[in-house]
Amino acid sequence: MPLDAAVMERPVKATVKAQPLVDVRDLSVKFVSRESTNSAVNGVTFDLMAGEVLCIIGESGSGKSVTMRALMKLLPPNRTKISGHMRVGAHDITKMSESDMRAIRGSQISMIFQEPMTALDPVYTIGDQIAETVMRHEHCSRAEATARALELLQLVRVPSPERRLKAYPHELSGGLRQRAMIAVALSCKPDLLLADEPTTALDATVQIQVLVLLRKLQQELGMAMIFVTHDLGVAAQIADKVAVMYAGRIVEYGRVSDVLMHPQHPYTLGMLASTVHGNMRGQEIEAIPGSPPDLRRPIQGCSFTPRCKFAVKDCLQASPPVVQLDNGQYAACIRAGKGAMPAAPQA
Amino acid sequence: MNATAPASAAITEQIDERDRGGKRQPMLIADKLKKYFPIRSGVLQRQVGEVKAVDEVSFAVLKGETLGIVGESGCGKSTLARLLMHLIPKDSGDLIFDGDPVGGVRGITLRELRRNMQMVFQDSYSSLNPRLPVQDSIAYGPRVHGMDYKDARKLAADLLDKVGLRAAMFGARYPHELSGGQKQRVNIARALALNPRMLILDEAVSALDKSVEAQVLNLLAHLKREFNLTYLFISHDLNVVQYISDRVLVMYLGQVVEIGPVDDIYNAPRHPYSRALLESRLSMDPAQRVIEPPISGDPPNPINPPSGCRFRTRCAFAEDICASSTPLLGAVSTQNHFVACHMASAGSGHSKAGLAH
Repeated sequence: MPLDAAVMERPVKATVKAQPLVDVRDLSVKFVSRESTNSAVNGVTFDLMAGEVLCIIGESGSGKSVTMRALMKLLPPNRTKISGHMRVGAHDITKMSESDMRAIRGSQISMIFQEPMTALDPVYTIGDQIAETVMRHEHCSRAEATARALELLQLVRVPSPERRLKAYPHELSGGLRQRAMIAVALSCKPDLLLADEPTTALDATVQIQVLVLLRKLQQELGMAMIFVTHDLGVAAQIADKVAVMYAGRIVEYGRVSDVLMHPQHPYTLGMLASTVHGNMRGQEIEAIPGSPPDLRRPIQGCSFTPRCKFAVKDCLQASPPVVQLDNGQYAACIRAGKGAMPAAPQA
Repeated sequence: MNATAPASAAITEQIDERDRGGKRQPMLIADKLKKYFPIRSGVLQRQVGEVKAVDEVSFAVLKGETLGIVGESGCGKSTLARLLMHLIPKDSGDLIFDGDPVGGVRGITLRELRRNMQMVFQDSYSSLNPRLPVQDSIAYGPRVHGMDYKDARKLAADLLDKVGLRAAMFGARYPHELSGGQKQRVNIARALALNPRMLILDEAVSALDKSVEAQVLNLLAHLKREFNLTYLFISHDLNVVQYISDRVLVMYLGQVVEIGPVDDIYNAPRHPYSRALLESRLSMDPAQRVIEPPISGDPPNPINPPSGCRFRTRCAFAEDICASSTPLLGAVSTQNHFVACHMASAGSGHSKAGLAH
């Protein structure tokens, strides 16, 4: 489908916009082994409109990558227990068979990873890898697919794309490899792009280039994107909506400006306070004490209680209620929305 | 060296009996350090090229200060750290530790240098022995240097307490039983076991989560005061470097492009590369998004670096002079701020030479 046709189609999509593109309800993922059961994701619920960018922020072990892999059905089926409901477009992901999944991976949902060197195949050229996806999903000839590959490399602003088409992944620099992976992911114009820390391994000057490019492409193609990161600065740069995850739960959700400038959950506040700025020179950084809970053990009450400076006795009684604010923001904390939260530090 | 004196003087006022050169003597001077890695290929393994990883790098680390080194991957900052520790042999150049040349006839031995200067690496797991309880890992160094087993274990337990891990609880654990932040604390304790005067921290907090990173940075600031330490802090994270450093050194493709006090570099960077690097920082405010990237392209390959100024291929101000002659580090405005750019040196032949930006 040529680009302008995709643009033409969008108003039609917009009229039925009431239906979100992605709908995840009460998703839980447990990894079962003989010794223990690890509850990596515990009841995650969110939705995403077409053309929106959601950033999932969290530290390692918070379940952000597992959520993405569950959406793509990439988790090992015999060791994983998934419950809940996941829908992308017209597809009910939870009920789909592996062969049906294969048909929509790459064409409707695509994914890019943190380390392009391990995600790309080292023995095929970049051109072949892009063409393979196009041929698989659009059943066209190799010549047509290669022509598309060239277009795609131009789309992701790879300099001298004709030469790069014949290059192997090891011949490219980190930034170009990541651009090549984005080209593979966009080759069939997916409705949804999942990005798992795609800029974490890149240098600062290259990271900003890739972020600006991704945002531009996302807007040009009208694609929805779920972007996983641990860096609040990346979220501020690219997101429309933000979901903050802790111990397998979304503890805060809302528009990026609301969450980063007026956080309601103590964990979000702590993350913002412990992110280092130059103007904090000479002062002690307000670090969150302790470390995240062990997800192999059941958690009573709010999982952040042991590290929370606002914790009271009630926090341990039951799972905290989800408090909804007028601006669409919500937080899972008994204090949320009551004000009296210290102001967020200015960047 | 007057501008940085107040920061360092406050610390060196305490008398350190290990001090040999006096407080004006820099802790470490690196003079024209050079390391080229040969590239061999073919059946005969003939040398076909070389990676100019560190190319004539000179700088000094003052007593009691923290010198931050920033640069992108492949700029040679880790190779530089390894050269300083003599973990890889240098091709040429000299190292002077507190007035004593290292390895020279009248100087100190490598063994003495390593007792005085220790290193913490990025990967906290692979730098610990997986088959030793962490307390034994910490006690290993002192034992090699002649301490008996009981004293070394006692010292290790004290150090574990100092880095915030209760020795009774954590001492007998193996590295795989600790989290990333805890392992990095153990590595810091181990680096302190020989009572060193200087620590090289090579991306020591980069692999940690933000909340843990903040804890470890606080710990480093605390230990610096308690043990009267000098830090060489290598990182790609510009915010962390600004937070922790007194002076900053910017590297690009194996060379120093700018060095100076942290506020001068961050407020008024003079090298176009330093400026681009600083503009690439992400704001925490969604209203201040970057629309246009400050520079394009990746750092070029250090195998065949561009002639003249190595940054010229990505520089918006590049002119003919930049290709034909290599800019040297020259002083700008303040006394301790040096930059290697033709635009900063009047009479270099660059059309913007001598103009303030």
